[in-house]
Amino acid sequence: MRSIFDSHQNLLLNMKWLIDLFSSSLGRKVVMALTGLFIILFLTVHLIGNLQLLKDDGGEAFNVYAYFMTHNPLIKTISYVNYAFFVFHIVWAIMLTRKNRSARGAEGYAITNTSTIWSARNMGILGTVILVFLVIHMRQFWGEMHFGTVPFKTYGAQEVKDLYTICADAFKNWWYVALYSISMVAIAFHLWHGFASAFQTLGINHSKYNPVINFVGKVFSIVVPALFALIPIVMFTL
Amino acid sequence: MKIKLKVWRQKGPNAKGEFKTYNVDHASPDMSFLEMIDVLNGELIRKGEEAIAFDHDCREGICGMCSLYINGHPHGPLQTTTCQLHMRTFKDGETITVEPWRAQAFPVIKDLVVDRSAFDRIQQAGGYVNVNTGGVPDANEIPIPKKIADEAFDAATCIGCGACVAACKNASAMLFVSAKISQFALLPQGQVERKERAEKMVAQMDAEGFGSCTNTYACEAECPKGIKVANIARMNREYLGAMLTSYEVGSGGGGE
Repeated sequence: MRSIFDSHQNLLLNMKWLIDLFSSSLGRKVVMALTGLFIILFLTVHLIGNLQLLKDDGGEAFNVYAYFMTHNPLIKTISYVNYAFFVFHIVWAIMLTRKNRSARGAEGYAITNTSTIWSARNMGILGTVILVFLVIHMRQFWGEMHFGTVPFKTYGAQEVKDLYTICADAFKNWWYVALYSISMVAIAFHLWHGFASAFQTLGINHSKYNPVINFVGKVFSIVVPALFALIPIVMFTL
Repeated sequence: MKIKLKVWRQKGPNAKGEFKTYNVDHASPDMSFLEMIDVLNGELIRKGEEAIAFDHDCREGICGMCSLYINGHPHGPLQTTTCQLHMRTFKDGETITVEPWRAQAFPVIKDLVVDRSAFDRIQQAGGYVNVNTGGVPDANEIPIPKKIADEAFDAATCIGCGACVAACKNASAMLFVSAKISQFALLPQGQVERKERAEKMVAQMDAEGFGSCTNTYACEAECPKGIKVANIARMNREYLGAMLTSYEVGSGGGGE
């Protein structure tokens, strides 16, 4: 009779293919693509939420929305998945970059001519800019909302944290608005390559769908960061 | 025409290399790039110097042996093999920089010659079909749509020169490997080993130390045979599908 230990050993052996898959050059790219596409979805939802900052109601819609996003159990679960995906996206990017650098070898070319697009070659640099922004951004808003002392506001029977005022104050600093806008440009370039690239990595390259993927990717990478940047700029000038 | 040639000279695999400049005063515009180096080598030999080592074989653009990185492009500025590149492509008096393929998996043997046996090992890992003995099947018995046959043939035109690796900022071999996987995956004859092939060739590619694709498509732009990056997407599908559904539980993946 097999012992429990044996069957556990079998389980580990049975899972080896999964480890192989996600440590292979192709599997690592799949991690980048899937997490990247999820973050794109997240950006869409995040933007829709942020646009409520521009509603002329003293921040009521935004504050009620922020309360909902931090208290709904389903949203909270998804947000933890989202944090994890961000971490995966960053860690796997570092692993891939290190592997790719070593694959190139010690001796470089004296001359390189390339017809490839700039953003495709500089995803790592763009990603690093975005990461720096992300740390500041999380500290400023997410950190305040979760751990800071945010004043409360009462709307009807509901008492919620006044995140709107935190945002409005932050967007009165010209340097923060500038940093925010520059970071959105970095995100735009990152998406310009990343959006369509994710589909290629997942094997979705087909003459019937390529035009749609490329078009939506380009529109998304311009419109979404532009709208994100518009919010602090409008609130700064108000 | 007169040409100034800046060439990478390296005595052996572990020797330190450097650029040396040579003047070629009597190059004909109708010479191929390799013939121009032949002329220079003739002069070097007459002067008692060592000839520049470079790979070449058929000189008809079909064998995949020639491998020079010319002025920042594998096989030079045109989308062709080095042997099919002619001196009329360059200006009189131009300085041309010639380097070997650069990649961890393609170590320099001497001067401009690199060891591309990593490609052979990837092919041996799964780039074949088993043909069983027995009567010869009728050629028209297996129906293959024309478009599919063309697609497979296009993938099969890859000559394995390694320009894709040389052009890629990550020294990724995925255009090569994907072409070799595609040419069989598309055809009925390649179905038996289909999953095993994708798993083993990708695993060997990773073991050789090639990088990952970042979808810059520099490879497609430089490939002398016009292999399309759609093949890389197909390889991704083939590999993912194989890893998720094949009966090889214990092995078959990539990783270092």
